[in-house]
Amino acid sequence: MSAVLDSHGHAHDHEDHHHGPPAGLMRWVKTTNHKDIGTLYLWFSFMMLLTGGVLALGIRAELFRPGLQYWNPEFFNQLTTMHGLIMVFGAIMPAFVGFANWMIPLQIGAPDMAFARMNNWSFWLLVPAAGLLVASFFVPGGATAAGWTLYAPLSTQMGIGMDMGIFAMHIMGASSIMGSINIITTILNMRAPGMTLMKMPMFCWTWLITAYLLIAVMPVLAGAITMLLTDRHFGTSFFNAAGGGDPVMYQHIFWFFGHPEVYIMILPAFGIISHVVPAFARKQLFGYASMVYATSSIAILSFIVWAHHMFTTGMPAAGQLFFMYATMLIAVPTGVKVFNWIATMWRGSMTFETPMLFAVGFIFVFTMGGFTGLILAVTPVDIQLQDTYYVVAHFHYVLVAGSLFAMFSGVYFWLPKWTGHMYDEGLGKLHFWCSMIFFNITFFPMHFLGLAGMPRRIPDYATQFADFNAVASVGAFGFGLSQLILLVVVLKSIKGGAKAADNPWEGAEGLEWSVPSPAPYHTFETAPHVK
Amino acid sequence: MGVATSCRKPLRLITGLALVAVAGGALAAVVDMPGGPSVRQINLTAPVTIIASQIYDLHLVMLAICAVIFCAVFGVMFYSVYAHRKSKGHKAATFHESTSVEIAWTIVPMIIVIVMAGLATKTVLAMKDTSNSDLTIKATGHQWKWGYDYIKGEGEGISFYSTLATPREQIDGLAEKGVNYMLEVDNEVVVPVGKKVRILTTANDVIHAWMIPAFGVKQDAIPGFIRDTWFKADKIGTYRGQCAELCGKEHGFMPIVVSVKSEADYSKWVGEQKKLMAAKMDDPNKQWTQPELIARGEKVYAAACVACHQATGKGMPPAFPPLDGSKVVTGPKDNQVALLLNGRQGTAMASFKSLSDAELAAVITYTRNSWTNKAGDMISPADIKSARGWDSAKLTQLSAKAP
Repeated sequence: MSAVLDSHGHAHDHEDHHHGPPAGLMRWVKTTNHKDIGTLYLWFSFMMLLTGGVLALGIRAELFRPGLQYWNPEFFNQLTTMHGLIMVFGAIMPAFVGFANWMIPLQIGAPDMAFARMNNWSFWLLVPAAGLLVASFFVPGGATAAGWTLYAPLSTQMGIGMDMGIFAMHIMGASSIMGSINIITTILNMRAPGMTLMKMPMFCWTWLITAYLLIAVMPVLAGAITMLLTDRHFGTSFFNAAGGGDPVMYQHIFWFFGHPEVYIMILPAFGIISHVVPAFARKQLFGYASMVYATSSIAILSFIVWAHHMFTTGMPAAGQLFFMYATMLIAVPTGVKVFNWIATMWRGSMTFETPMLFAVGFIFVFTMGGFTGLILAVTPVDIQLQDTYYVVAHFHYVLVAGSLFAMFSGVYFWLPKWTGHMYDEGLGKLHFWCSMIFFNITFFPMHFLGLAGMPRRIPDYATQFADFNAVASVGAFGFGLSQLILLVVVLKSIKGGAKAADNPWEGAEGLEWSVPSPAPYHTFETAPHVK
Repeated sequence: MGVATSCRKPLRLITGLALVAVAGGALAAVVDMPGGPSVRQINLTAPVTIIASQIYDLHLVMLAICAVIFCAVFGVMFYSVYAHRKSKGHKAATFHESTSVEIAWTIVPMIIVIVMAGLATKTVLAMKDTSNSDLTIKATGHQWKWGYDYIKGEGEGISFYSTLATPREQIDGLAEKGVNYMLEVDNEVVVPVGKKVRILTTANDVIHAWMIPAFGVKQDAIPGFIRDTWFKADKIGTYRGQCAELCGKEHGFMPIVVSVKSEADYSKWVGEQKKLMAAKMDDPNKQWTQPELIARGEKVYAAACVACHQATGKGMPPAFPPLDGSKVVTGPKDNQVALLLNGRQGTAMASFKSLSDAELAAVITYTRNSWTNKAGDMISPADIKSARGWDSAKLTQLSAKAP
């Protein structure tokens, strides 16, 4: 990857004919500027992260001790369900779209996203969707309590909160598809002259592939939840055996969406890490081409492994064997990525500012989630561990220590470019160490609970599980509070701080570092030339 | 600010908090649950079937392979983190891309995962082989209890429900929690030791999952479909698990307990069950009075209805409507009878036709004359018997018409 700026031809100033953003609230409502929209996405997802986090703390408070303390079981199920839905659809996915909005035009030398008005629309759709999700707690019967997977026929029993959830997900799906179309069009058509696909920054590559995944699978989810809706209200029997349907069909359709969804939430994270590690190792990414191929392989394989979420539904031995082998194959391209990052670090000249700490932390802890994924891929072991806390530990290792830590890394990496100020390095490091330590205190004991047979989604448990649950709850509150440090860091950096240079990082490469910090409202109105 | 100085303080705080939490938990002096989880258990449950022990070993082998790879990979990474620092004056090398290295780190992991999957293949096939069983038991998931029917083999015809036996006071923290807290039932599944038991699973309402970790068994119970799994317990004892698939409000409160007995003890148990079942049958000629029906109905209500409609009869609207003041319960008898026999399509209200005539008559009479409901009438078992003869069109019409 060598997106080196050609200094000829585009060096005219930014001031003379540019106007700044309009003032006031309407700037944000009407904006079509990719940087404004990126900012909106990032703030929105941070608020959803805090909302989902509060729900998680409600879960961990109840589970601190055996017995029923705070919630009735129905509300507990609402907490686990909405925690999952809000984190997946409200926090992780929009946050990556926020990164895409900010960084893709800057990285490929484009003046904005391809469809600027649609961009505005795809963000503002999220707000009513999130409103529906949160408001569903307050309708009769409360929010949906069928688990974030909304398995039929349990989901056909729920009250109106379920319909609000379905509607919210339809809206969010539409938003995601519009965002993806925008990203694909921007990347394929608006790269600066000279930037061939194989010179494109890794973050753009991972997002290009992610956007294709989104377009392929979001309609599948929409289909599944629409069938659910008609089963609930219009007398169809897609998932009702009494009417000739099949409850397991819901799971097949859901996971045909759900497994690529897992990679939708991790591939852009891989992209961010592939920028941060070379920058702070002051050394080129070891294998750019193999990273691109590995990302593509993961995306393709993600379509043929969905039923590994369903080993206990009772599929034929041939099915179990196929999905076991296919799933284990994913370890190969994922391994290639990890080896590549480590080879990039090897014999580099490393410094450990906060972005690098989060990146190294990501590689270390995400890989642990990868190993538990490998163990879960083995069908007989999976049958023993399916729907236990081992699975909860596994997917939090890849989603929190994976996606979320990579996003933290990206925030610290690009914050100087966004705000024009350096962030508080001391607080940043504190945020990293608190997150890292509390994360492991929260989720590592869950492996033991799962191995010992504690099912997920239960509000009360055998007293023998008590100690590890107590430890996990203490960790969860620590982890939750640690995230307020990030808020402080970001607010401080917006308000002031040391002025950031155009390129504040010694080893960072790419077009985004060729524009001033903060990035002007309009950038690359004349395309740069890339050699 | 260096890494070392910035992390010292939070570290001390965290270890302190963790110690407090562990110490607090240990005060309760919990002991291991026989056949269930041990205190602070950190590995899979001790296996008592061949399948469970294969799973146990598979997991350990996988863990060991992963641990070796983990140490090797992160040994390299952390050595690099330690040695290749700018602060130590390390200059960045410029190497990148090496076809041979990249082929090697693709091929070697590929071989490792194929070996791993190969090790598991035999167990996958063995788990699926449910043929030649000595005893077949059907486990039916209900919201929120398990029903068991002994279908084939010694004990054929035995049938019972199995519900959580942990007293409410223990759950609410008003009484000390017992050693089997949450994993104890009123009626245990009893099977003979050393015999191949085939478990058929199905469900009455939503998906449940039947699991016993010590047997290495977990099988979803899917409404409208029958799935199967098997185990052959090698050791006499009691083994515990619980529903593993989210099935609604009381998902956490429907445990599964299997008691493995010697062949002689098993035969004895079968004999006792048969006698009990005969004794439990209501005398078909008994003439019931209204107070008798209400007293009996209260017990049926507590076992079959209370989870949704609540002891107060107030239900949990909108999914579980109140019975107190309900138009169905205070309206014409036939509608309520039809609703209980037929259930109502598209709602959580299932058919309760598996209850006996006397039980249905009793519970209907009870609901019509409890809380603020003062119908004053009674339904006799004979009414139920004749209603069972209604054709499905009439049942559907009456149960749907009930307002």
